[in-house]
Amino acid sequence: MFTLFENAQIIDPDRDAPFAGCVLTRGDVIAEVSQGPLAAPEGTDRVDCAGHFLAPGIVDIGVKIGEPGERHKESFRTAGAAAAAGGVTTVITRADTTPPVDTPEALEFVIRRAAETMDVRLHPMAALTKARAGKEMTEIGFLADAGAVAFSDGDAVCTNTKVLSRALTYARSLDALVIAHPQEQGLSAGAAATSGKFATLKGLAGVSPLAERMGLERDIALVELTGASYHADQITTAAALPVLRRARDNGLDVTAGTSIHHLTLNALDVGEYRTFFKVKPPLRDEDDRRAIVDALSEGVIDIISSMHTPQDEESKRLPFEEAASGAVGLETLLPAALRLYHAGGVSLNILFRAMSLRPAQRLGLPGGQMQAGAPADLILFDAHAPFVLDRFTLRSKSKNTPFDGQRLQGKVRGTWVGGENVFTA
Amino acid sequence: MTFRARHLLGIEPLHPVEITTLLDLADSYVDLNRGSAKHSDALAGLTQINMFFENSTRTQASFELAGKRLGADVMNMAMQASSIKKGETLIDTALTLNAMHPDLLVVRHPHSGAVDLLAQKVNCAVLNAGDGRHEHPTQALLDALTIRRAKGRLHRLNIAICGDIAHSRVARSNILLLHKMENRIRLVGPPTLVPSAFGELGCEVYGDMREGIEGCDVVMMLRLQKERMDGGFIPSEREYYHRFGLDAEKLSFAKDDAIVMHPGPMNRGVEIDGVIADDINRSVIQEQVEMGVAVRMAAMDLLARNLRGEGA
Repeated sequence: MFTLFENAQIIDPDRDAPFAGCVLTRGDVIAEVSQGPLAAPEGTDRVDCAGHFLAPGIVDIGVKIGEPGERHKESFRTAGAAAAAGGVTTVITRADTTPPVDTPEALEFVIRRAAETMDVRLHPMAALTKARAGKEMTEIGFLADAGAVAFSDGDAVCTNTKVLSRALTYARSLDALVIAHPQEQGLSAGAAATSGKFATLKGLAGVSPLAERMGLERDIALVELTGASYHADQITTAAALPVLRRARDNGLDVTAGTSIHHLTLNALDVGEYRTFFKVKPPLRDEDDRRAIVDALSEGVIDIISSMHTPQDEESKRLPFEEAASGAVGLETLLPAALRLYHAGGVSLNILFRAMSLRPAQRLGLPGGQMQAGAPADLILFDAHAPFVLDRFTLRSKSKNTPFDGQRLQGKVRGTWVGGENVFTA
Repeated sequence: MTFRARHLLGIEPLHPVEITTLLDLADSYVDLNRGSAKHSDALAGLTQINMFFENSTRTQASFELAGKRLGADVMNMAMQASSIKKGETLIDTALTLNAMHPDLLVVRHPHSGAVDLLAQKVNCAVLNAGDGRHEHPTQALLDALTIRRAKGRLHRLNIAICGDIAHSRVARSNILLLHKMENRIRLVGPPTLVPSAFGELGCEVYGDMREGIEGCDVVMMLRLQKERMDGGFIPSEREYYHRFGLDAEKLSFAKDDAIVMHPGPMNRGVEIDGVIADDINRSVIQEQVEMGVAVRMAAMDLLARNLRGEGA
């Protein structure tokens, strides 16, 4: 019933720095967080944290699972195991499956399969438009009732402004959050890289980084028009940041995320056409990467996601422009994010604000907090443990990680979801 | 003699000394090709497979002739007609060929980086005969040999590359090679066909043909690749010819002894006036074709030596 986490460095995202203390959980909620020792009731289980960090579990918005349609790339079971091992206690799934999650029936399938096979929590997103085709809106009301936490067509941009404006208006009447992929499709169609020196040398079709700002400008204008709640899935360029700031200053309900890959890698990492580094939007220049890291520290970027996108070997072992986009990230999100901490720029509390607290708040979920009454979704990790990643040790069915063979620091020692231990290293 | 590369995938990894070594050897093959017994046994017993995933007449013929003159067994595979249509992946195709134990694999592919990918999977030496808009190293080498023979040197020259640079692998390989050999490169064309990133790569970019070729030693024209355009890069062919087509009037801005080059096939009346192309005092276009065979002989010879472990 009771579990006492002792001797921990506690990360409370509402505070500015970790502190030594202990956490008592009762059943599936946190009962007490204390800086000093805690008197635990008789029969309490004890977990010695050995001085490691104890943080609220990660809430990962935008995870692609291969079900339905591509179970050979990832199943709910393998994604659940990967999430638990990666410290992700809540998975927010994307709707860009085959077929897409655009009906209450499909949504029900996702929720049922997840409940049967996963130890971590799962909340699905639903498509904003039918078949993600950008022509007609989905049954936003039914889908919200069935448990959709947000509405998104993934990386399919709704180019018909009228359709998007109506969907935003309708979503607003239900207080539903719309998540979009800001990108001017007229510029980005066919591109496999960010335009610039590298793409030019390698002969890859490039997209200007300004295509992101243009997409965001349009979306923000529509938010101004409709009053909808809007989240940009990935902001990856410096040029888009002033647009974001202006929207906030004007009091619009706008937030922004970014992917862990755009925070830790740049366009040059593609090197000799390494397709595991092909993501959407494409990796950016180092100047852009640094601007996004700074924006994260300032709170202009709210949320970090893994943008977990499993792809099998066949879809990646192709010429770069033909290869599929995306990288797996559930298990590497935390150690990759810790690169920002070890490099000295970003504090652990900022990281967990962006990985746990803000995503939960944005979706109206109770997680992400280190407070009495919050769900006992906790992760214990050693921020310093070094290792070299071998992609074949990943629990995901697909092994398409750009971090293969790289030195990383930070290992999850244990994961608890609703007070239940779901992973121990 | 120094040439250490295992494959010839691009100009980018080559050292200037390797380039000079290859050109020196190619010079000797020019002499061989001009003689009456055009045969050597440098590649005797070796198998050369030409794998073209994209249409080519000139380059494929040049590679085939080069291999045959050096005594290799040459096989041509037109890949568009073959397994690609049946859904076989590039890597499966490579592994299939690998099992036939070729020694030299000449590959052209419509996607940038595809030849690099293939080279990782096979045991033989791979020559890039053009991948997407990335590189076309033997074209740059034959251009270099042509320039060196016409100008007596391959450094400190003013070279203008004109036309559709954005879509051109020939331009990329030439820029890399001519930079390595310390030349001054100007890129001339409408801004839609000459991306500004080339400016960051150490080239001077001109939007005016006369200014661009003024005082140049070499004027290299590129084919306007109509088939690559997905629309709207230039208003019309006739406006393009008026502003960027090479005719006698524009050529008069270059040095009096400037040479005119074109990788072929030419669109006469689009990027170049037929009279200029045929002017034997200025145009070295036919010589380029001749140098192509010699350069490809030299490249395959050097790679075959490395294959046998005889390389220096």
